[in-house]
Amino acid sequence: MNDAVNDSNQLQPFGIEANELCVDYNGTVALYNASLKLKSGSICGLVGMNGAGKSTFFKALMGFIRPSRGTIRINGLEVSKAQRDQAVAYVPQNEGIDCSFPISVWEVVMMGRYGSMNFLRIPRESDRKAVWHALERVELLEHRNKPIGFLSGGQRKRAFLARAIAQRASVLLLDEPFSGVDVRTEKLMSELFLQFRQEGRTILISTHDLNHVRDFCDLVVLINKTVLAYGKTSEIFTSENLTLTFGGLPPDVLSGPATAEGFIE
Amino acid sequence: MIDTFSSISPLTFLFEPITHEFMRRALMVSALVGGVCGLLSCYMTLKGWALMGDAVSHAVMPGVVVAYALGLPFSIGAFVFGVGSVALIGFVKQKSRIKEDTVIGLVFTGFFALGLVLVSKIKSNIDLMHILFGSPLGISQEDVEHTLIISAVVVAILLLFRRDLMLYCFDATHARSIGINTGVLHYLLLSVLSLSAVAGLQTVGIILVVAMLITPGATAYLLTDRFDRMTYLAITSSAISSVVGVYISYWTDIETGGSIVLVQTLIFLVAFLFAPRYGILKPQRNHHI
Ligand SMILES: Nc1ncnc2c1ncn2[C@@H]1O[C@H](COP(=O)(O)OP(=O)(O)OP(=O)(O)O)[C@@H](O)[C@H]1O
Ligand SMILES: [Mg+2]
Repeated sequence: MNDAVNDSNQLQPFGIEANELCVDYNGTVALYNASLKLKSGSICGLVGMNGAGKSTFFKALMGFIRPSRGTIRINGLEVSKAQRDQAVAYVPQNEGIDCSFPISVWEVVMMGRYGSMNFLRIPRESDRKAVWHALERVELLEHRNKPIGFLSGGQRKRAFLARAIAQRASVLLLDEPFSGVDVRTEKLMSELFLQFRQEGRTILISTHDLNHVRDFCDLVVLINKTVLAYGKTSEIFTSENLTLTFGGLPPDVLSGPATAEGFIE
Repeated sequence: MIDTFSSISPLTFLFEPITHEFMRRALMVSALVGGVCGLLSCYMTLKGWALMGDAVSHAVMPGVVVAYALGLPFSIGAFVFGVGSVALIGFVKQKSRIKEDTVIGLVFTGFFALGLVLVSKIKSNIDLMHILFGSPLGISQEDVEHTLIISAVVVAILLLFRRDLMLYCFDATHARSIGINTGVLHYLLLSVLSLSAVAGLQTVGIILVVAMLITPGATAYLLTDRFDRMTYLAITSSAISSVVGVYISYWTDIETGGSIVLVQTLIFLVAFLFAPRYGILKPQRNHHI
């Protein structure tokens, strides 16, 4: 481990790098030989049918599920190191939180800052600014003093997005951020994601709305237990590939488990 | 009982007991333990660990007996068995397909039964009733010191890790994703639970200690939507219950542990009925649209 070299290497080519990832749940294969390389400053859509392994992919990237094979790098670092550096933010599909927890929206978003605070997690002025700014960006500022349970489902989704924003991570993993939000929020979010790209962040988004992918994803990954196809949205997002993804055809139709290393280089 | 109350003046009611050394001790220890358990109870109720609290408090029983038999401070024996039971619960759950609440029930009754058997078999002058029901009025100087140390450790840990533990209870996934070691937090909370159970055992005994570990938190939870305020409320209500309980026990000669817990339960009942937002009798607001 040579951290000095890693840290000084500002020109890390890849925000997310997964190599031949295999994940199984007690013997049931959920992900097989999935590889992905994602450059900084890009938005990548993760598309696949229910049960295709999208959430599993996110969890594996976060180190919550130990892959049976394969390696993962975030900004060229090991996942745990990247997490300690606050380099990666994750918004799960279902937050799985207790909504009656006595905590305000402001405090929830402040949790995004914990990793950057000292041991006692006492917020500094800069932390408060970051939280304020994040709430502003998702238009939740007026609700900041409400208990988290008082928000609607879509507002809550925005609150957790705000937490990820407040974290100021360079890699964002968003599992179905658009599910259950209204048109206005949808627009707000997609503008936000485009801004993030401008700022040079890496964003991986899973979604079932194919229009989103066309609208603002530079890259797209089609998966069904493995990466079926990967590349520029304009090239990959063909009806043929989509039929393949959602038609349940075996992956080897497309010349075996496709990996996309060749594409970015 | 009514006679006792009507025949003494309020001043006597308050001050006569504290002329006795044993009462000053009992009040101090009960209030301290009440406060400490009150603080922890917030985490227990929010994390949904009521059953775990029950388990740990019962599982310390054989530890107390063994410690007495070996001439060790009983808090050490209790702590070892408390943590041991938790480790065992984790192990059995991981290695079998049995659900967690079943495993918890299984392990703690096993430990408790072992404790009962040991008490009846090991010839000693342990008073089973004191372990089961606590005896704050008869607490020794040595036990007071142990309680002080335990309380200091528990409070220090809970204060230092206040935010991390709150985050852990609220959203462990996020805690992990920002690089916090949730495994450490998990076992920290369980250790603190074992320690508090040991402390609480002094005042209300093994059987009722779980009340100290959940009732104040549940009461406070009905009264506020702020975590920090919840901890203050839980600490205060718990400490007050202990003091009031001890006083009542002194004057009416009722069992002290029961008296303390009953006061806690009454406070909960009041909150349950009259809490501003979550009480079932909350004032009806006019619905203007
Ligand atoms: N905890 C688990 N234990 C066992 N199997 C699981 C578990 N989680 C997911 N699976 C299985 O793994 C496969 C992939 O699930 P995953 O949640 O990753 O799908 P997904 O692509 O996110 O689907 P969706 O679009 O419905 O969110 C599914 O077949 C699912 O049944
Ligand atoms: Mg999913």
